[in-house]
Amino acid sequence: MDLVTPGIGLIFWQTVTFLIVLFLLSKFAWKPITNALRERETSIESALRMADQAKLEMQALKADNEKLLQEARIERDRILREASQAGNALLEEARTRATEEGTRMIENAREAIVNEKKAALTEVKNLAANLSIEIAERILKHELKDSAAQQALVNDYIKEVNLN
Amino acid sequence: MKKLFLLLFSLCSISAFAAEPAEGGEFNPGDMIMHHIGDEHSWEFAHGATLPLPVIVYGKNGLDIFSSSNFLDEHHNPKPYKGYVMEHNHIYYANEEGEPVVEKNEKGEEHHVGPLDFSITKNVASLFISVALLLGVFFTIAGRYKKNAGSAPRGIQSFFEPIIIFIRDDIAKPNIGPKYQRYLPYLLTIFFFIWFNNLLGLMPGGANLTGNISVTLILALFTLIITVFSGNKSYWGHIFKTPGVPVALLPIMIPIELVGILTKPFSLMVRLFANITAGHIIILSLFSLIFIFQSVAVGPVSVAFAVFMNFLELFVALLQAYVFTLLTAMYFGGAVEEHDHADDMGHGDGAHH
Repeated sequence: MDLVTPGIGLIFWQTVTFLIVLFLLSKFAWKPITNALRERETSIESALRMADQAKLEMQALKADNEKLLQEARIERDRILREASQAGNALLEEARTRATEEGTRMIENAREAIVNEKKAALTEVKNLAANLSIEIAERILKHELKDSAAQQALVNDYIKEVNLN
Repeated sequence: MKKLFLLLFSLCSISAFAAEPAEGGEFNPGDMIMHHIGDEHSWEFAHGATLPLPVIVYGKNGLDIFSSSNFLDEHHNPKPYKGYVMEHNHIYYANEEGEPVVEKNEKGEEHHVGPLDFSITKNVASLFISVALLLGVFFTIAGRYKKNAGSAPRGIQSFFEPIIIFIRDDIAKPNIGPKYQRYLPYLLTIFFFIWFNNLLGLMPGGANLTGNISVTLILALFTLIITVFSGNKSYWGHIFKTPGVPVALLPIMIPIELVGILTKPFSLMVRLFANITAGHIIILSLFSLIFIFQSVAVGPVSVAFAVFMNFLELFVALLQAYVFTLLTAMYFGGAVEEHDHADDMGHGDGAHH
């Protein structure tokens, strides 16, 4: 029965020591430890929250960037399209103008050719006429050296006139 | 455990035929075990290496402080000192022959009378060592927390931090509720006090402190006192006017509830005491087998079983500290719990108004 009979000495020492330990540990160990743990937990929690926030901001930023990029791309496409359109229009215009010019020049050239041709023909006609006249003169002069020949010619002419 | 005992018993029955009666000083395992799990006025680390401890008694001639070695003469025989004599580790008044004084009580039974014994016994000395260890360890840890505030724990700090967090998050918070902060220091203290002392008790030559009824009595008493003093209106309301119980039954219910207040810490006291003492008894019994059979062959078997039991006891040391702390937290929780006024008898399944 000794085993289950509490002894006064140990009860006394246990009470005193346990109270002292409880006091000392509570004041100098558990308080700083639990405070430190709590502080660390709150700091970790806030850090995590901040990281989350940063992530969200990052995402927003990224989305913004994406949007800007998209806009820029659209803009670029638009500018390119416009430029190519303008280029095409210019080319088309140039081509039309060139064609017109060419046509006009060909027309002019043709006109000039026609004119030149006419002038040349007139000149050739005139020259031919003059030459014919000269030749005729020379022939006539040669032919009409003797008066018999002249007489024969006049007769011919008269004959021709009568026939007409 | 059953298998273990079965094996042990079968071993006993086989070897009983082979065992010769011991010669000379007969080995009595019962006395040896009781001596080991009990308290002493000196600390025997090993045979021959004995540290006498101070005796502090308060008796007829006032306060006396002297070494317990004064009770032994040079041949290690008991002798009286300053009118006191020690018998079976109890100090009694000595008569002229140096024998304990015998008195008769009212019933006529004879018993020895002695002074109030406040000696620093083996258990008290072990208690002081454990306290020094506790303070040393946790002041160091607290210092670390101050020094590297906010950084990750290192070394001893990282070993104890999960345990402290476990007690806070898994014992205190769920069982006590929002007021857990107030009780956390007590819970941490009893947990580490019990655990450290359980482990110290398992050391060779260690004292059986947490297997001493006085120690567990005081621990349970602290729990009882704190529970009673933190009991709120709802707690006392459940004891003196249990909701849902007819008034006619209250004269029966009130005493039962009042006894219930005491049985909770009583169970705490007995559980810790019995678990630790039983563990010590089993290990010592296993070693006693060697001397009972007086055979070297039993040695390895005994040692193997004792080693196994020792590992089991290491686990029990932690488990009992946990159980004591957990139940304490549950009792505190019951005392501070705010019941809603539904007639659910505390089961939470009543209709809410």
